[in-house]
Amino acid sequence: MIETADQIFVLLLHWLVSFLPAVLQPVASAVLCAAAIVCFFPALFALTTWLERKGLGRIQNRLGPNRVGPFGLLQPIADGIKSLTKEDIVPFSADAAVHFLAPIVLVVTVFMGFAVLPMGRNMVLADLDAGLLFYFAMGASTELAVFMAGWSSRNKYSLLGAMRAVAQMISYEVVLLLSSVVVVMISGSLSLTKIVAAQNQYTWGLPHWYIFTPWGLAGFVMFAIAATAETNRSPFDLPEGESELVAGYHTEYSGFKFALFFLGEYVAMFSISGLGTTLFLGGWTAPFSFLTWVPSWIWFFSKLMLSIFVFIWLRGTLPRLRQDQLMNFAWKFVLPMCLLNLLVTGLWRFLGDGWLRWVVCSAILLLAYVGIALGEQRKKHIGPRSYRYAE
Amino acid sequence: LLGEGILKGLAETARNFFGSYFCAERMTTVEYPEQRIAPFEAARTFPFLVYDGTDWQAGLRCVSCQICEKECPPKCIFIEKSKDKKPDALGKPQFYPTRFEIDISVCMSCQICVEVCPFEAIKMNTEFELSTTDRFGGLLLNREQLAKSNEYYHQIHATEAAEVDARLAAEKAKFDAKAKGAAVAKAASDAAATGEGA
Repeated sequence: MIETADQIFVLLLHWLVSFLPAVLQPVASAVLCAAAIVCFFPALFALTTWLERKGLGRIQNRLGPNRVGPFGLLQPIADGIKSLTKEDIVPFSADAAVHFLAPIVLVVTVFMGFAVLPMGRNMVLADLDAGLLFYFAMGASTELAVFMAGWSSRNKYSLLGAMRAVAQMISYEVVLLLSSVVVVMISGSLSLTKIVAAQNQYTWGLPHWYIFTPWGLAGFVMFAIAATAETNRSPFDLPEGESELVAGYHTEYSGFKFALFFLGEYVAMFSISGLGTTLFLGGWTAPFSFLTWVPSWIWFFSKLMLSIFVFIWLRGTLPRLRQDQLMNFAWKFVLPMCLLNLLVTGLWRFLGDGWLRWVVCSAILLLAYVGIALGEQRKKHIGPRSYRYAE
Repeated sequence: LLGEGILKGLAETARNFFGSYFCAERMTTVEYPEQRIAPFEAARTFPFLVYDGTDWQAGLRCVSCQICEKECPPKCIFIEKSKDKKPDALGKPQFYPTRFEIDISVCMSCQICVEVCPFEAIKMNTEFELSTTDRFGGLLLNREQLAKSNEYYHQIHATEAAEVDARLAAEKAKFDAKAKGAAVAKAASDAAATGEGA
């Protein structure tokens, strides 16, 4: 019974595919999985827009949407109908072909990332040996879509937004990669299913998730920072910066193309949360050994929604960074910490079991954190801006 | 320490998030169409014309001097001056507007018309529910739609209206005194003339 609940989607897939001749089965199975992903995540996106508006409302002591349907739950449907019925405007001097392609490229690359994410036990569309590499390749190509949108619109706000987006995403891509490499160093595999399997062990009822190690915690924090920047979420929402750039790279998009950008942004958020969950939070494994009977996909999606909640919480709390702060933060604080974390992970690997590696690794990371932060703050690279003439 | 402020901020927003479910005083907004808050005295939307007494046509303070029409930056006021004159509040014969129209789709609520009006005839309204299905005719307000009583003005801007009333009363007193003085002088000169004649 428990086994069936855990594998329900896998069994359903096998049952559906069994109606077809054996030749067609692999193709049909892939198509069905892809269709499930393409249907499920937009639905989750609709729910998340509602959750986000409600959450932000509550953070600002408001009620949030509550008019359409019970508790405003039908608000995403109303928004969807609105964006579908809006006029699709293409600027006269825009490069029409690229302008048309940009949202499609964005959504496609964003959805490709889900192919390698294990969303439950045996629930992975393509179990690639280099799954993590594939994921980052796909994640990096969203920058192309963003720049296509900004460049083809022939609008200075779009272009400024796209330039900012590319600068930001490339800087934080480095951090994202380096903070994930530590997981590969310890688990010895680029396959995301193997990374989850390596974390699926329990000591005294507690799981061996990588976040519960000094290097894992540091890596997770830096991964979370880079993921926020990579998905253009507040406080790193400079590419859209609605108070500065109208809407950034999607200024010239309206109607359903705009909705596609919106969708792409949220789906990218789900996918990066899923990756963070897989790398550091044990993927679909249960947080306590006595809870392993709960279906694995429930754990995966609870962790994913928890990350989404943190994203919303951060958005409701932090003001937007300035461009120079953003770059300084990436290159002068997060990147050195990432490189140090690589060293610490190496030490962890070769210091052997025992309490010594815990003390050494934690001490190095803590000292570095305090040291770099204080040093940078003294040099005023992080912190409030000082003006030479304006004061 | 770096990151301390972020944690403090997160704690604050978390407090707001959970507090808003339990503590009604935290809520900064009201459920608008069902609940309303009284309009603020300093609020302003679009101009209206003040009239004294009960009959808006007789009591309209506007004397059709057209200063507001000329000063209006977006040129949203249109006035047609009357050919004849009728007595105003002081009893002086004055022109009156046969047409006075404000296009509130053009008006930018700058209040310049109110500042330049020498007759305290045009004031700012606080009415904000002005949506209409006809975006041309529905947003072009005519004389009758613009005319609001002085009592209404007292209701929406109590302090300001009291000041205006005091000023108008002072003017009227001055005018009456002058008229009385003129009458006395006239009577005296008449008496002198009759005295000389006698």
